[in-house]
Amino acid sequence: MNQNAYHIETDICVIGAGHAGCEAALAAARIGFRTVIFTMNVDSIAMMPCNPHIGGSSKGHLVREIDALGGEMGRNIDKTFIQSKMLNQSKGPAVHSLRTQADKAAYSMSMREVLENQENLEIRQAEVTDILTEEISADEIKGKEGDFPQKRRVVGVQIHQGTIYSCRAVIICTGTYLNARCLVGESITETGPSGMQRSTFLKDSLDRLGIGLRRFKTGTPARMDGRSLDYSKMTIQKGDEKVIPFSYSTDPKDVQIEQVPCWLTYTNEETHEIIRENLDRSPIYAGIIEGTGPRYCPSIEDKVVKFSEKTRHQVFIEPEGRSTNEMYVDGMSSSMPDDVQQKMYRTVPGLENCRIVKNAYAIEYDCINANDLKLSLEMKSVDGLFCAGQFNGSSGYEEAAAQGLLAGINASMKLKGQEPLILKRSESYIGVLIDDLVSKDNREPYRMMTSRAEYRLLLRQDNADLRLRKYGYRVGLISQEQYDYVCWKKKEIQKEMERLRNIKVGAASSNQKILREIGTSELKTAVTLAELLCRPEITYEKLKDLDPNRPKLPDAVTEQVEINLKYEGYIQRQKKQVEEFNRLENRAIPENIDYDEVPSLRLEARQKLKELRPSSIGQASRMSGVTPADVAVLLIYLEKEKQKPDTGNTAKHNTDQSDDHRKISEGEKI
Amino acid sequence: MALTFDKDQNDTIAAIATGMSEAGIGIVRISGPHAAGIIRRIYRTKSGKEMTSWKPNTIHYGKIIDPESGETIDEVLVSWMEAPHSYTTENTAEVNTHGGTYVIHRVLDAVLRAGARMAEPGEFTKRAFLGGRMDLSEAGAVMDLIQSQNEFARKVSLAQLEGSVSGKVKELRSSILYEIAYIESALDDPENYSLDGYPEQLEKKCESILSELQAVLRRSENGKVLQEGIRTVIIGKPNAGKSSLLNRLAGEERAIVTPVAGTTRDTLEETVRLGDLTLCVTDTAGIRKTEDPVEKIGVERARKAMETAQLFLFVLDTSAGITQEDRQIAQMIEEELTTGRHCIVLLNKSDLPVQVEEEEVQKLWKTRKMECLSLSALENTGLDELRSKIEELFHLGELASSTELFVTDDFQKSALRETIRSLELVIQSIENGMSEDFFSIDLRNAYASLGRMIGEEVEDDLVEEIFSRFCLGK
Repeated sequence: MNQNAYHIETDICVIGAGHAGCEAALAAARIGFRTVIFTMNVDSIAMMPCNPHIGGSSKGHLVREIDALGGEMGRNIDKTFIQSKMLNQSKGPAVHSLRTQADKAAYSMSMREVLENQENLEIRQAEVTDILTEEISADEIKGKEGDFPQKRRVVGVQIHQGTIYSCRAVIICTGTYLNARCLVGESITETGPSGMQRSTFLKDSLDRLGIGLRRFKTGTPARMDGRSLDYSKMTIQKGDEKVIPFSYSTDPKDVQIEQVPCWLTYTNEETHEIIRENLDRSPIYAGIIEGTGPRYCPSIEDKVVKFSEKTRHQVFIEPEGRSTNEMYVDGMSSSMPDDVQQKMYRTVPGLENCRIVKNAYAIEYDCINANDLKLSLEMKSVDGLFCAGQFNGSSGYEEAAAQGLLAGINASMKLKGQEPLILKRSESYIGVLIDDLVSKDNREPYRMMTSRAEYRLLLRQDNADLRLRKYGYRVGLISQEQYDYVCWKKKEIQKEMERLRNIKVGAASSNQKILREIGTSELKTAVTLAELLCRPEITYEKLKDLDPNRPKLPDAVTEQVEINLKYEGYIQRQKKQVEEFNRLENRAIPENIDYDEVPSLRLEARQKLKELRPSSIGQASRMSGVTPADVAVLLIYLEKEKQKPDTGNTAKHNTDQSDDHRKISEGEKI
Repeated sequence: MALTFDKDQNDTIAAIATGMSEAGIGIVRISGPHAAGIIRRIYRTKSGKEMTSWKPNTIHYGKIIDPESGETIDEVLVSWMEAPHSYTTENTAEVNTHGGTYVIHRVLDAVLRAGARMAEPGEFTKRAFLGGRMDLSEAGAVMDLIQSQNEFARKVSLAQLEGSVSGKVKELRSSILYEIAYIESALDDPENYSLDGYPEQLEKKCESILSELQAVLRRSENGKVLQEGIRTVIIGKPNAGKSSLLNRLAGEERAIVTPVAGTTRDTLEETVRLGDLTLCVTDTAGIRKTEDPVEKIGVERARKAMETAQLFLFVLDTSAGITQEDRQIAQMIEEELTTGRHCIVLLNKSDLPVQVEEEEVQKLWKTRKMECLSLSALENTGLDELRSKIEELFHLGELASSTELFVTDDFQKSALRETIRSLELVIQSIENGMSEDFFSIDLRNAYASLGRMIGEEVEDDLVEEIFSRFCLGK
């Protein structure tokens, strides 16, 4: 170590101030740890270098969950959105999803303001070049091998200027900056997104720690001068009339603002022809790009090649903000050279005279295989080293923010000597996201989708607070008052559901008249209000004339009452599935299990299990290369071990977050 | 369905612990902490007293009564073992009955009503294992067995499903997957994919898959008939020749045959081979009004056997003419004959002068025509015709030569039923006007259960499955 280096002491260092870094740093600082967040450029805090949305299908769920746990993203977008839409409103409540258009500059500025004013949090513009670690001494490990699967421990970071920040936990959130390069056809620059300076030195540091890196790729479309576009040739896309905020702490009145429209247009055969003619100049098709790109977010080249039967593709023209003319051309990301871009964009109706402000480009970057992480997002190999965001092989602002929040929470829990917060697949999209990243074999940037959640009817965007507030409260990010409100809400929901189940409506003519008026069939025999509510055409609101003595309840309560009663059969079926799921999930595998001692495991499974070291039977069962028979063998082995009275093999089980430092009154299950 | 290690280990389970083919002694095993209480509720000494406190490892002679009506079900021997000195290491009672399948089932039924839970396949063995009854080397052997059983099961099912069969399942599965994927894409990208008019389309698709699967299930039920035998009831008025027929079929004198009506006072069971066919035959006491209490029980048992029968062999004494009793029996059969169940009228005693013509026999039924066959049980004629008639009714000839999809494995069949159930729920959701995301809940289940049929879906409850490869109850 440099003898002249200046030393600064802190608790937690966060590398990168993108969406993951911001959440991680805020969580750590709010829980009470001295935190430093490093960024290559302070002006790029919470930058949105790709699309201008926050939310969208399943991503909206993530934002709600972040908010329920005490994260910042929901509040920040509520302050800075310029259009908002609840997607899938005609579908079931499980797939309703909030999507907003952000004012990118405002979003970034607002987040910066929050960071700057956060107690315990310091912002530092610097490139972190080294993660400093020490060997965990043999004395310390002796007799506690289970507690120390790692051999090294984080002690600090060093920045390019030489200064050393000593700390007990580091959270890496380098996003797409690490060893990044951007490609516009033959024009290749060694920069991070949007021409920002990339980071390079950390790679060597990670190499020294034996952390393997892989190369992923993603892309973004062009930005155009809005004045050069002809909107008369496009279809206007407006936001919802009544805007619903993302955050539970935002007053709905505050988000009823004047919104900015988006525009819809389409590619055509001419566009496709230009792309086909120039495929050899696309870095991906020419083989210049080695990184793996996401299938769900294809470039326009990919769309034309892989879906050649489609004669047109949707293109959304979306504002980048209120104070800029720049428009984002959603649906046409590309890595074609500029001359091809100029030609192909101009074939699109409304874009004939477009002026490109920023080219579409592909970006390649280094990231880790998240299989190297524990479910707490801590490296399996280095004690105190946490990772989040695109660095973990995910994609998307919301995915990044969710991981950042959890990494920030878990780094803090570690420093407090408490159990990490591990969210289950059965209770949150964040749980699904992290479990997928950590347990499964991901070969492309991972994006959240509602179809990835097995129990999505229970994981609705409308009940994130009921599901997760308690955890935010436990870790110290949710106030007593916020928590008390959720507990009250749960009780009210239960009470009102019970009430509706017990009130019968008879077939009296006055009732029949009301039923006719609200557009539903008449009654043959008396039914309960709950039963009436199950009719598709009935809402809680419509029942009010049949239910004159109903209590006055907030919409947040009656919405839950309606959903829970209306879809009760389906919800029950999913709850049953969750029970089954939890049986395996709750069977912890001791950290110090020696897989070589387990008889009859197949070789492949033995290797996989040794590599991944799953924390529960459930996680093991989702790993590729582990068959049901292996799971059975493992279960029997664990049972046997448990029954062994002697041998001092006191397998340490991961107790499920049992040592609460703040008492949680277990609210009723909704 | 899942690994039941975590299931309440404290409940008390019961099942029949012996094979089912013999009509002799059967054992109902009850294991768990409440075994004593359950036995107390249903056991009486010969003189009708409740059990006293039993010493461990003792055997008691008495009777089993219906816990509600108090009616005696059977005379039994009960072995009593206390934890940990039993097979399962739990308190265990074993009830030895001697009354044949029907009685064993009634005893089991009484035990269950007295508070036990039906054991899952292999659950006794599992408890024995978890109870530490096996040492480590035995445990190792069990693990090896699990491993090999699993491999074996996989190979067997793959071999069984080779070719057109597994191809068909894969095809149906991929078409379900396509629909799930379609719905999911539309939900994920609602601005790009429309679901307008989709539910109607999906409903048609589900219906067509459903009808294919139902056909497979039907064929499979018949396939099961090949493997396990047809549950057959021989029925007829007293002394029509039922027991003679059974003896003919079984090839030995099992039932007591005398010319006195009412000789067979109980039901008798027999597994008999008729050419390539296997019949599980219950010979019933003659159905008639009787004051004899013993015979009364037999008559009641005959009625019970009828409830589960797949084939009725109605024996008519053609030398005696049609009587009121015959009419009653004919009516009973007609009420029982639901889809998939068949009846053959055997015009017996064709060696004697015939008093009844087939035409007259057919008048016994209001709604249908029955298959009739002349035979003489005494002279052993007509049995070949009976065999081919049965084969014809159960489409067995067709099945043997057919390459069409059917499955014989219970596990696969239950997966098939689950798939059918899930698809029915999808259709129900469509008809109730639910939105598309609800369809995919059950479509996913259908996809998963079809996957289990061909071993393509990781199954969490495999331990259950494996232990069930051990005979039920042990």
